Amino acid sequence: MLKYIAKRIGLAIITIWVVATITFFLMNMVPGGPFLSEKAISPQAQAALEAKYGLDKPLFEQYITYLTDAVHGDFGDSLKQRGRTVMSIIKTKFPVSARVGGISVLVALCLGIPLGCIAAIRRGKFIDSFISVVATCGIAVPSFVICTVLMYFFGVKLKLLPTLGLTSWKHYIMPVIALAFYPTAYIMRLTRSSMLDVLGQDYMRTARAKGLSQVVSIFKHALRNAILPVITYVGPMLAYTLSGSFVVEKIFTIPGLGGEFIGSITSRDYTVIMGTTIFLATLIVVMNVIVDIVYKIVDPRIKLK
Amino acid sequence: MAEGQNVRKLVDIKNERLSFFTPAGEVKALNDVSIMLDEGEVLGIVGESGSGKSVTAYSLMGLTAHPGKLLDGTLWFNGHQIETMTEKEMRKIRGNEVSIIFQDPMTSLNPVYTIGNQIEEVILLHTDKKRKEAHERAKELLELVGINEPEKRLKQYPHELSGGMRQRVMIAIALACEPKLLIADEPTTALDVTIQAQILELMMKLKEKLGMAIIMITHDLGVVASMCEKIAVMYAGKIVEYGTAEDIFYHPKHQYTKGLIRSIPRLDTKEHERLVPIEGTPVDMLNPPKGCPFAPRCEECMKICLREMPPVTNFGDAHYTQCWLNQKEEMEGGTANE
Repeated sequence: MLKYIAKRIGLAIITIWVVATITFFLMNMVPGGPFLSEKAISPQAQAALEAKYGLDKPLFEQYITYLTDAVHGDFGDSLKQRGRTVMSIIKTKFPVSARVGGISVLVALCLGIPLGCIAAIRRGKFIDSFISVVATCGIAVPSFVICTVLMYFFGVKLKLLPTLGLTSWKHYIMPVIALAFYPTAYIMRLTRSSMLDVLGQDYMRTARAKGLSQVVSIFKHALRNAILPVITYVGPMLAYTLSGSFVVEKIFTIPGLGGEFIGSITSRDYTVIMGTTIFLATLIVVMNVIVDIVYKIVDPRIKLK
Repeated sequence: MAEGQNVRKLVDIKNERLSFFTPAGEVKALNDVSIMLDEGEVLGIVGESGSGKSVTAYSLMGLTAHPGKLLDGTLWFNGHQIETMTEKEMRKIRGNEVSIIFQDPMTSLNPVYTIGNQIEEVILLHTDKKRKEAHERAKELLELVGINEPEKRLKQYPHELSGGMRQRVMIAIALACEPKLLIADEPTTALDVTIQAQILELMMKLKEKLGMAIIMITHDLGVVASMCEKIAVMYAGKIVEYGTAEDIFYHPKHQYTKGLIRSIPRLDTKEHERLVPIEGTPVDMLNPPKGCPFAPRCEECMKICLREMPPVTNFGDAHYTQCWLNQKEEMEGGTANE
């Protein structure tokens, strides 16, 4: 187990380094730069700015400098938000996104798994068709449409829910629905198909022959086997959702990391692009390790190597 | 609950008709099947795939799920009238008074729970035993089915055991509540030959020890010959011949039974002699023929065989067939066939 964890950490470092390298060079290949959009800047001032942030040096040297600093935990200052370090941006914005995202993932799991089970058990019945239609909608409809529709009905027409910011629990309702919609639908479909597969297994017949009730055989014998694909999906999904959705954050004016991530790209805020990308990559890698460990706990046949 | 039933009689299925209603149409899986079994007796049901062997046994446990529908007949088991019982009442019997072991031990155990968990589960369900007592009982059961180091095995998962070992575990689960009847649905088909013999021997030993009755479902005549007191030969959802092991092997009356016995490889044949198959293929159960289902493959087929289903011909106490040929012989008063 210790050997396994050591190996995974080694792999994780390599993965993150590859992601950082690709992002760094791609980012610099894209035309434009952090100080080009502002017109009123004199050539001297621009040169001074570039010198200050080390952007006048050869690219490879910049890359080495960045990596050395990053390894020491220094992700630099934001080029566009004066006086803020990349670390402080992530520290203030990530918890906001993580709160909304975390609740959404919980909602998706609590709705998706039971509904998927019900659809599988009542296969071919009305409830199954109904759930399948909802699931297909959830996967097909983009989140900005859901956001807008929600906002129009609950915010504008019925005036039940606030549409801006995140100051009370009521503010969470619409963003959470919008964020949870797709994963709920996806988890429902995953659970349904793997549940159908498991229900046809011989050990389910054994469970019935033992005299177990349907509820026990489903929850004890079927669910634990059927849940594996869901776990695989939830790991990376959790990383993405926690780090925030650009669309949902923009529409509901939530000060989260998702908005920051996309914003930094449009404004060529090099250090913030690098910082958020590395942060997301780390999150995904960590989630994948957790998924592997949970997998081993749920299914004893899996060996961690 | 009928108290008037003969105590010694454990199973009494009369004129059972059961169909599966599939999208393709009605499959008449069982057509007028009657079976009787006393306590402690071993009955073998033999027949080809799809002849209704398993369905007959499963219907006793109420396990002929969804598309299956009982159309007619009465099923008595241990004083219960199965066809009138609710699912909830059936659950109390399953795994308790009647249990089953399946063909494939590799897939019949849940891969994500320990052996101990799966054995204790059925004990906790049907008895008042506490967790600790159930654990002790599980250990006892593993010893009973000949698994060494039971304490260690209880903590293992199915994938850590061999096929023969898993079938022993299945038997332990089946015997956990000392059932009156054990249904063995081709228990040795998926095992290799040496293990097969071990499992059969174990079953017979346990039968002697615990006194339960066994219904042995198989297409292996060798298994039946060595184990069973009574044999039912099934073909296309019907019992075409029923009798003691001696009746079936030494005085077979039905053409299908004779064909089956002819097809067994013998030790005393000359070297290059071929096996004798029964020509033709089983009938399509979606559209069974009007007459005797075996008629199209029967060497002695008569006109009436194609038109009408033969009635039962009795040869003594517990030996009967459904064959026009036997009817004819009986009417002529001779036993020319022997």
